Amino acid sequence: MKETSYNPQLSRRKFISNLGCLTISFSLIGTDWAEAKPKIVEENLPGALRRQPRLDAWLEVLGDGRVRVLIGKMELGQGVRTAIAQVAAEELDLALNQIEVHLAETERTPNEGYTAGSGSMENTAMSVRYAAAFARQKLLEMAARRWQTESDQLTMANGVVSRKGKKQTLRFAQLLNGAQLEGEVKLPVKLKSPETYRYVGKAIPRTDIEQMVRAQALYVQDLRMPGMVHARVVRPPVYGSKLLSFDEQAFASKAPDLLKTVIDGTFLAVVAADEYQAVLARQSALEHARWSSATPLPEGQDLAQYIRGFPAKSQKVKEQGTTEALDQKDGKTVKASYFKPYQMHGSIGPSCGVALYKEGTLHVWSHSQGIYPFRDALAKMLGLEAEKVHVIGVPGSGCYGHNGADDAATDAALVAMAMPGTPIRLQWMREDEHAWEPYGSAMGMEAEARLDDTGKISHWRYSVWSDGHSNRPGGNPGNLLAAWHLDKPFPQPSMGYFGGGYRNSEPYYDIPNLKIDAHAFEGPLRVSSLRSLGAYANIFAIESLMDELAEKARQDPLDFRLAHSTDERAIAVMKKLGKMIENEKNGPNEGIGLAFSRYKNVASYCAVAAKVAVDKNSGEVKVLGLWAALDAGQVINLDGVINQTEGCLIQATSWTLKEEVGFGQQQISTRDWTSYPIMRYTEVPKVQVVVIDHPELEPLGAGEAAQAPTAAALVNAIYRASGKRIRNLPVKSVDEVG
Amino acid sequence: MIKDVTLQVNGQTRTVRVDPATPLLYVLRNQLELNGPKYGCGIEVCGSCMVLMDGQAMPSCRIPVEEMTGREIVTLEGLTHSNGTLHPVQSAFVEEQAAQCGYCLNGMVIAAVALLKNNKKPDEAAIREGMDRNLCRCGTHTRMIKAIQRAADAS
Repeated sequence: MKETSYNPQLSRRKFISNLGCLTISFSLIGTDWAEAKPKIVEENLPGALRRQPRLDAWLEVLGDGRVRVLIGKMELGQGVRTAIAQVAAEELDLALNQIEVHLAETERTPNEGYTAGSGSMENTAMSVRYAAAFARQKLLEMAARRWQTESDQLTMANGVVSRKGKKQTLRFAQLLNGAQLEGEVKLPVKLKSPETYRYVGKAIPRTDIEQMVRAQALYVQDLRMPGMVHARVVRPPVYGSKLLSFDEQAFASKAPDLLKTVIDGTFLAVVAADEYQAVLARQSALEHARWSSATPLPEGQDLAQYIRGFPAKSQKVKEQGTTEALDQKDGKTVKASYFKPYQMHGSIGPSCGVALYKEGTLHVWSHSQGIYPFRDALAKMLGLEAEKVHVIGVPGSGCYGHNGADDAATDAALVAMAMPGTPIRLQWMREDEHAWEPYGSAMGMEAEARLDDTGKISHWRYSVWSDGHSNRPGGNPGNLLAAWHLDKPFPQPSMGYFGGGYRNSEPYYDIPNLKIDAHAFEGPLRVSSLRSLGAYANIFAIESLMDELAEKARQDPLDFRLAHSTDERAIAVMKKLGKMIENEKNGPNEGIGLAFSRYKNVASYCAVAAKVAVDKNSGEVKVLGLWAALDAGQVINLDGVINQTEGCLIQATSWTLKEEVGFGQQQISTRDWTSYPIMRYTEVPKVQVVVIDHPELEPLGAGEAAQAPTAAALVNAIYRASGKRIRNLPVKSVDEVG
Repeated sequence: MIKDVTLQVNGQTRTVRVDPATPLLYVLRNQLELNGPKYGCGIEVCGSCMVLMDGQAMPSCRIPVEEMTGREIVTLEGLTHSNGTLHPVQSAFVEEQAAQCGYCLNGMVIAAVALLKNNKKPDEAAIREGMDRNLCRCGTHTRMIKAIQRAADAS
């Protein structure tokens, strides 16, 4: 990586590491290698460590004996800082408060792509585990050399290496003599044995929650800099609409405190020293701008049908055996169609970016989930070298996928480029976020299955229609909203990553004959990654059909699923869920439904139950309780896993019962929380989560696992309570659908 | 249109030179450099900008700052004792780990303090009712309910 001068911390680190080149010995002779057999055996280094094996890319020993861990991931409310600190402290024999976690920053932390897909434990925590364990080995070897003894004669605790039976001690910083750990992490690396864990697997409290209640400056929205001014972006009414004219004179007379108006094609932003004056200027600018009309959005259409009418790129996801038997009209086949609308991330805090263009370098503070791919896209858009764009990750409001974070930072950057030397804070207004964030795609599903004479599924056929599920920046300016609006625009690339559309489209059950097809369309609304991608809609369909099949087979829905499962971990979470709800009794018009999925079919196992009451007269659905049994492999932070899963249950319930992006011909119509309601306190059910820990296995990530099965558990419960099958989301009320 | 407006914020008298029509939220965040109240919706629907006005939890995103003269405003910062000790509601949120992203937390703590002032031992239904104005997207409601119960039990 090219050395640059804009990052004093980076320069210092490089400078220190160049001071002295320590000899690295990989000799294992004399170490206590065999004392505890490592349970986790890797053939390769994990995650990003494989591509970036340099020890000093991940760890820095600080002068006061603490260790700074550098990760390319963002804090999104999932508690990644604490989990990473647990893993690093574990392997380095440090106290938790001796670890400092430095979040994503270009040219400073490893490039770990995006903080997404529940991958931070699987990839980042494992990279840190190996780097920290390797650092421990090296520090012991260095001390052994210094004292002319062997590593097994040494102990390590709280940043100090001691010689057994002697009073000699050395702190990490003394051992390194002002330098940093050097060299590359190489296998084999001896890891701590899970039986000895002090932190991993425990419910360690997050330290940032105290900072939150103390109102410390934690968020990008809280950044303040000398001379900082406030900007707002002025968007057209709808996609494709262009700025025809802007009466700048009339506008300026109405906005006397304006510092600057930035216009580039259809991109329009206003800047004021005072934030409220910027808000007023935005309102006034909207009145003085004339926009072209655009290709009308398909208002008033039945979207479930409409999305199947697009020309679609079709692909076979899986075919096994033959499925012609499904076409026999002998009453043994169950077939149903399902629909999930466009839904929002709906961050509570609108996206925000802070940018400063100074001495030829653009600094951008952003809550982007992927600072490097964002940096590359932004640099291309602005015609700057990537090295001249420095992106610093600062947490924002929870995003649950690709929201407006990158776009707001891009808007701020465009203003900053027009005002060199002045720090620009640009926060989106609520309607900017609601109307312009990339939504989770509308999806249609068609599922059919056939039972054999023993009541087992013999054939399964499934089709899913979906737009793409990732239009993240990915180094392509066309994925940045403002880039579409520039005088020299960057076109939006057609169809991002489609794989998310058929995520979990294959049932995780033993079915001898099956065929899965996926049809990719390009729909009318802007879309990208929303928590769990297509898994939510696919599992909604699959697990709804499983419920219908169980009924047809006259079997208990849990037993029916167990009868089609051979994976012991899947069976274990389903049985655990069964235990959790065994004493629940249904009152009149109440029902319990359940569903299961293994996220991505390779990650965490999760079974969910929902209990609902359906009002006989109004059809109103009240959720009384939600239960989840989860196996996410090795648990790093138990409370973190529970908190994430509780959040999944509640958020997915809100999606399922209430949420749908609405639009007219020339505007997204759901522009606030009144037109796009989400669940409130009086509607939120009680939740209970049980985690099955597997310390001997790898962690699988828990941030999304409960999202998918929740929808089906709810509609299956509604069926038990009311006799009505809901196949189109959102549920709203049973009567509205029925 | 700029004029001096005098406010009582967190027990202190503060005079700011602003457009008197400026919503209180912007003055608290920018002129007074407080981080607690957050911009969320701008139309008094989500609760993330809440502050205590004469002890009642109120959104600050719309109300003009000039209307605040003579009223006692307490923000999230002002709940913490001057010696650094947390307010029982703040402590309870930490104890229950009642947050994920934490962006809504300001409004949640403020609303809970006001709720407990009016009803020292609320049952769960009263807590839900009292907190219904505040939105959370991470789904931490049930932890926050537990935190409020814990705070009620502690006082």
